[in-house]
Amino acid sequence: MKLQEIAEKLDLKRATKAFDREVSGVYISDMVSDVIANAKAGNLLVTVQIHNNVIAAANLVDICGIVVTQGKQPTEDVVKMAEKAEITIYTTALNRWQVATKLYEAGIR
Amino acid sequence: MKEPEILYMERFRILHNDYEHGGDAAASIKSILKELGIPQDEIRRLSIANFEAEMNVIMYAEEGEMELQVLADAVRIVLTDRGQGIPDIELAMTPGYSTATPAMRERGFGAGLGLPNIKKNVDRFEIESAVGVGTTLRYAIFLNDRPRTEEA
Repeated sequence: MKLQEIAEKLDLKRATKAFDREVSGVYISDMVSDVIANAKAGNLLVTVQIHNNVIAAANLVDICGIVVTQGKQPTEDVVKMAEKAEITIYTTALNRWQVATKLYEAGIR
Repeated sequence: MKEPEILYMERFRILHNDYEHGGDAAASIKSILKELGIPQDEIRRLSIANFEAEMNVIMYAEEGEMELQVLADAVRIVLTDRGQGIPDIELAMTPGYSTATPAMRERGFGAGLGLPNIKKNVDRFEIESAVGVGTTLRYAIFLNDRPRTEEA
């Protein structure tokens, strides 16, 4: 499934330019070492942790997009960095569990 | 045995508390290896190790230098830092053990997986440390099935 389609289904708000990439699965974590070691290339990362080291880690393991939960917003420099890495950041007021259930309902397995 | 020829070398400086550039050295190395045609899986494993090693210098040392050495059959990293050093390496290598401060934990660090992640993702790993002086990490990933000059 494409990022854009998921964003529409979950009513996510986009914080960066759109880079419509294919999503191969989802990884949910707030620990940077966990994300970089265990997220797979093409994964959509769901996290409440959003700063430039998270973008660096996400880029190193080819994460395609990030959903930032609980209404947290990326700063301007984080947005710039994500765009350079062609990672789309979305935000939502939902928490990680709510996002997880909605992703499942949307057909992501 | 003859020391293998280094085909490409580059050094990256890493500074304490420089969170702003945390991951830059790892990212630069990833682009270099991509350009050199190193297989994706090997780049991924080395990138994980490099990111963790780089963040360790930013969080725990004063400064460090990450040296990339590309050989015909391996990619080696030598990371030397000047800093507090590690008093108990075995403890530091234990998954889940961390000396991260609350500020580091707030940024999602301090899982106690840094050094274990490095070791797990590389094919050779050595660590040396002197308290009050600094730490040196040497690690390498092997490329394909060509004869390995890297083997210990």
